[in-house]
Amino acid sequence: MKVTFKIWRQENAKSNGGFQSYEVDGLTDDMSFLEALDHLNEILVGQNQKTIAYEYDCREGICGQCGVFINGRAHGPLDNITTCQLHMRSFTDGQTIVVEPWRAKAFPVIKDLVVDRSALDNIMEQGGYISAKTGTAPEANAILVGKDVADKAMDAAACIGCGACVASCKNASAALFTAAKINHMNSLPQGKQEAHRRVLEMSRQMELEGFGSCTFTGACEVECPEGISITNIAEMNARRAMAKWHNL
Amino acid sequence: MVLYAKIPNGPLENKWRNYQITSQLINPANKKKLNVIVVGSGLAGAGAAATLAELGYDVKCFCYQDSARRAHSVAAQGGINAAKNYQHDGDSVWRMFYDTLKGGDFRSREANVYRLAELSAPLIDHYVQQGVPFAREYGGVLVNRSFGGVHVQRTFYARGQTGQQLLLAAYSQLYKMKRAKKVQMFPRHEMLDLVVIEGKAKGIVVRDLTTGELKRFAADAVVLATGGYSRVFRLSTLAIGCNGSAIWKAHKRGAFFAAPSFTQIHPTALPQTSEAQSKLTLMSESLRNDGRIWVPKKKDDDRNANAIPEEERDYYLERRYPSFGNLAPRDIASRAAKERIDAGYGVGRLKNAVYLDFKHAIERFGIEIIKDRYGNLFKMYKKITGVDAYEEPMQISPAAHFSMGGLWVDYELMTTIPGLYAIGECNFSDHGANRLGANSLLQASIDGYFVLPNTINNYLANALKEDHPTTEHPEFEKVEKEVAAQINKLLFIKGDKTVDHFHRELGKVMWQECTMSRNKEGLEKAISQIQKIKDAFWKEVNVTGGHHEMNTELEKALRLADFIELGLLMCTDALEREESCGAHFREEHQTSDGEALRHDEKYSYVSAWEYHNGNFKLHKETLEFANVQPTVRSYK
Ligand SMILES: Cc1cc2nc3c(=O)[nH]c(=O)nc-3n(C[C@H](O)[C@H](O)[C@H](O)COP(=O)(O)OP(=O)(O)OC[C@H]3O[C@@H](n4cnc5c(N)ncnc54)[C@H](O)[C@@H]3O)c2cc1C
Ligand code: FES
Repeated sequence: MKVTFKIWRQENAKSNGGFQSYEVDGLTDDMSFLEALDHLNEILVGQNQKTIAYEYDCREGICGQCGVFINGRAHGPLDNITTCQLHMRSFTDGQTIVVEPWRAKAFPVIKDLVVDRSALDNIMEQGGYISAKTGTAPEANAILVGKDVADKAMDAAACIGCGACVASCKNASAALFTAAKINHMNSLPQGKQEAHRRVLEMSRQMELEGFGSCTFTGACEVECPEGISITNIAEMNARRAMAKWHNL
Repeated sequence: MVLYAKIPNGPLENKWRNYQITSQLINPANKKKLNVIVVGSGLAGAGAAATLAELGYDVKCFCYQDSARRAHSVAAQGGINAAKNYQHDGDSVWRMFYDTLKGGDFRSREANVYRLAELSAPLIDHYVQQGVPFAREYGGVLVNRSFGGVHVQRTFYARGQTGQQLLLAAYSQLYKMKRAKKVQMFPRHEMLDLVVIEGKAKGIVVRDLTTGELKRFAADAVVLATGGYSRVFRLSTLAIGCNGSAIWKAHKRGAFFAAPSFTQIHPTALPQTSEAQSKLTLMSESLRNDGRIWVPKKKDDDRNANAIPEEERDYYLERRYPSFGNLAPRDIASRAAKERIDAGYGVGRLKNAVYLDFKHAIERFGIEIIKDRYGNLFKMYKKITGVDAYEEPMQISPAAHFSMGGLWVDYELMTTIPGLYAIGECNFSDHGANRLGANSLLQASIDGYFVLPNTINNYLANALKEDHPTTEHPEFEKVEKEVAAQINKLLFIKGDKTVDHFHRELGKVMWQECTMSRNKEGLEKAISQIQKIKDAFWKEVNVTGGHHEMNTELEKALRLADFIELGLLMCTDALEREESCGAHFREEHQTSDGEALRHDEKYSYVSAWEYHNGNFKLHKETLEFANVQPTVRSYK
């Protein structure tokens, strides 16, 4: 299989970037997309050129480190998967594949396809936790949690923090990410004590980081590898209204 | 040198309590004067960093990923064990202790293993309180399932994403303490060397992966929590960035390396399908609760799995191990798979796989229950292979998965370098020669949250009386120069082969000779081959790009340079141990029906290797079993 990769190259945060094309032969169907890029990088080394920087770690769709824009879509042509789970069988022989980094003001490019997503950690820092010091927990079955509640918390908690929601949103909003975390913790009995603070502080930080606001286009849930539903955003907004009212 | 494990006095049940009663404490006002470096942000590292910060220490935490939340603990699927006995099925701390010791084929320390079992129950309380959405019954209580090698249900899980949920909990506590300004976080920083001053660990040299800058950090104690090193085989279930560099550099600076060759080969990963493959994806062992493993009875049977009738299927685990069947421990299940595959019964494109079949479970429980239990694993299987496992059996194959070996540590989790601790998968402690499923999220968490924060005082209480180390010390200068020299050397070779080329070569040798079954001739051959790979690597590799920029090629080269040396030690260790135990199966030492044959009179010790100018010197920590009698580990 042979394809043309058109890839965004950028030396560092300060320099201007641009696209470069690479014709790559010798690929197979069952190679993953990232393995195809690995293959290209080995060719570049053979030509004494610098390799293309892109991110990954687990290569099984759970760590959230990978993520690029492929032919105009976050994580490529399929719904609800990560870049590392994409295989070359999703492309055709001879196709041109355009690869860009996540584009969002809050995610500056570091190099080539690598962006800085520490804004997401900053949101988490402002209350994305339950204050429970090691050694202070009660017996685990002392507080019952209904299966429906646990399942719903788990649906939201499944977020891998890849940033595809931000990248696919025309407003570059981080509402889905933030909502998922808030709803995970606020729906569990253990998270209730800090529920109002959590939603106010995390959503405030989301705005401070320079993410846009959500206009419910729904683009994010299509690209979310975990299929996290945008109803989470409505739920966050309701929680926020309640928290504001509570704090009046 | 005599290895002193510092096991506390008293009966097994009281040892940890006795330790806590007698260990030194530090006045809270003094704790904030003490700095601790934690390298790693997985369950072990994040748990330790957050807890040490809560206790008042000044903590710096490092990881190579862009966020602490991505440490490879995130990938664990199946679950975490605890002796809660919620299922009323006869579990207890003692039984968990015994299962773990036996699972490890009696090559670990009684006192450590007992502590692991003892602290497991409070750990579940702890995670629930931090917001981990563990699976629940309709009535609201926690659910359990079984994992390989035991007869009770003691595994807690959060769908198929247990590691992710535990890690997010640990990461959230870490960021809670960052917000409190007690932890400084250094993501995208890779530790490249350890600084030892007057025999004590006093700091590290790291490379800032964004800028390429080398940086020095000094501290009163250094904790390594850098995870497993099974990427030495290249193809493994580990993340691509997982490395052995931090512990290898510590080893070269004096820390003993214990049981380096004890590697767990997981029986249920997806098979390799091509040369270009970069990783083997794990399918959780929990699948073996309901899935049945088989191969065709006929060699080279090319029929589709569904076309092979029941009577022509060989459920070889059920046949060989009727008592445990499909839930036989990992080492046994992997070796049994390899035996069938090598004998020509393998299935799949490269004939390197066996079937894992859910047909009977679906008939018995209905598809909805199976979906609820394993839905996301089936989805993942489909994404990767394009096959629907509700319709036809999965194809699975053994893959390198977990390092039982690691830096030697005593009961306090301190290495042979005072002030240097190793926690989580990067140490050798509780799992002996084979780890039971769902015991290592447990071990990483217990080490980080419960043990280290209680043992580090004992050392730091004395450090208070000493001067704080500074990065101006000539030793920092010297170590940084050595690191820079190694980087420059790599960049100036300008050969004609890629880093990946050498990693593939190393992986092939290691996989062939140092995994499920080993023999003298093969290991000796492997050592000479790896030596050749090493020489060639340092002459022929090409690392493009520069030092002072983000350079992923250079990162890979630095990690591989250490893996090559580590591979040598692993083969040396496997060669030295003339017995079979757990995952270490020496073909020369087996029973007449092909099971592992231990030699307790000669090998009931932990091998701890000292580095000496490129040579390895063996030290032995004799294992004493005062509470249980090592038996032949039978799962028949
Ligand atoms: C696919 C898979 C599934 C698993 N499933 C289970 C399961 O179901 N149950 C179970 O009990 N166990 C399971 N395990 C094992 C378990 O997940 C690990 O043993 C455990 O999570 C290790 O935790 P850790 O904190 O020691 O290391 P890790 O989580 O690997 O963390 C290592 C940390 O060290 C950092 N680091 C590494 N090297 C450097 C360096 N040189 N410089 C700076 N930082 C560095 C990394 O950035 C990372 O933060 C599984 C393992 C795998 C691979
Ligand atoms: S590399 Fe981990 S999610 Fe893709």
